[in-house]
Amino acid sequence: MNREQKDYILNFLEKGIRFDGRKLDEYRPIKIETGFSENAEGSARVIIGDTIVLAGVKLSVEEPYPDTPDKGTMMINAELMPLSSPDFEPGPPAIQAIEIARVVDRGIRESGSIDTKKLCIKKEEKAWCILIDICTLNDDGNLLDASALAVIAALQDTKMPSYNGKVVDYKKKTKETLPLNLKKIPTSCTVSKIGNHFIVDPVPEEEEKVEARLTVEVEEDGTLCALQKGGDKPLTAEDIDKIVGIGIEKSKELRKFL
Amino acid sequence: MSYTKRNDGRKFDETRPVEAKAGVIKRADGSAYFKMGKTVAYAAVYGPREIHPKFLQNPRKGKLRCFYNMMPFSSMGERVRPGANRRAKEIAMVTEKALLPVVDLTESPNSVVDVFIELPQTDAGTRCAGICAASMALADAGIPMKDMVAAVSIGRVDDKLVVDLDYSEESYEDGTVADIPIAVVSRTGEISLLQMDGELSRDELKQALEMAKKACSKIDKIQRDALKKKYEVKNE
Repeated sequence: MNREQKDYILNFLEKGIRFDGRKLDEYRPIKIETGFSENAEGSARVIIGDTIVLAGVKLSVEEPYPDTPDKGTMMINAELMPLSSPDFEPGPPAIQAIEIARVVDRGIRESGSIDTKKLCIKKEEKAWCILIDICTLNDDGNLLDASALAVIAALQDTKMPSYNGKVVDYKKKTKETLPLNLKKIPTSCTVSKIGNHFIVDPVPEEEEKVEARLTVEVEEDGTLCALQKGGDKPLTAEDIDKIVGIGIEKSKELRKFL
Repeated sequence: MSYTKRNDGRKFDETRPVEAKAGVIKRADGSAYFKMGKTVAYAAVYGPREIHPKFLQNPRKGKLRCFYNMMPFSSMGERVRPGANRRAKEIAMVTEKALLPVVDLTESPNSVVDVFIELPQTDAGTRCAGICAASMALADAGIPMKDMVAAVSIGRVDDKLVVDLDYSEESYEDGTVADIPIAVVSRTGEISLLQMDGELSRDELKQALEMAKKACSKIDKIQRDALKKKYEVKNE
């Protein structure tokens, strides 16, 4: 980004407004559509402004891990599809994709929003394994928050396939849903710092200018369940308190979409 | 047992319902959505842009490069492991060859036009849906083209030739099946993709090509209409 563009975005922020006309703490319009896929056990498309992210859930029956013999498992993978941005290349997940997958994973895991004990079919032998994939369709900024929303929406959309004790019949979906604890389900809000300003939901022009960011994942009662600082510059303790405040406030808004 | 009635009640020369839309991915230079029954393809085009590694540069003309990928949750049953496997690479290659005859990259030497095809949901016929989407995305990106390409799979299910196999027909168990994906260059009627698995007589192949041409001319119209719709000027 050249100097002029940098000043352009900053000049607006000085006036308390974004270059696209939004308030500093304003998300673009959000839309969630569940069930776009008949083949996945659960799926959701999240649209934030022009950013589009898909998430799909597949289920399989596996042997539980030896250290958690009475629990099912969960895995989240993110792919920054090269079709979604000129900056993404084909190949194994880049570090950005790994970060998204891990941060979303942490929020869900640490909040305890999935009752993994209920996923166990037979101790030490069989348990459901939840495989969640995030695929970006159009990157117009804030992929992390969009991905987190998409994963939660896809989990809520999931219907268990029928299982006879030996094989899973994927063609037969039951009415049973995943053991989710709705109060614990986290929402993710990433707050970015540019100069002395704090913004949410940046577009790529703004993301290039972000000096530091903090992703705050919050449960319904305001409990924090995952944090991730990013960006090249540090944050002060005051910054962090302010960001967490914004994150908790915004998470109430985001929760309404679930 | 003869295949007298199609599993989903279609006529033998009827494709599944087709939906097409141009310009669905804003960051791309050109893009399209193409849905055939339950098979969904997105294509995005980037370029002409600089090619890496540099030794791939051709000073005579630009390069067309295609990628094909099924999203991990796209198919019924087990998750598809992400990453390019042998199948995906081969399909990407034949897709490239299917589109090459219509794109003219002589004006963009040393550069590349990348075509990315992604499938969020599959029910057979994915390479054909991918080619249909890619042809539209190239046009949407303003890449110089002599023509458009449409593609459809013709199948022989038991003793019957059918247009646009779905998965239930591809895995028909009461008889043998041949699957013949075919791409047709729309105005010349030339064939730019032809593959087959299964067994087929010489006469059946002739008929299959005729059926593909007819089906592709209908698909071609849907592709063109979708592109026109995007660039339509609305008079107030």
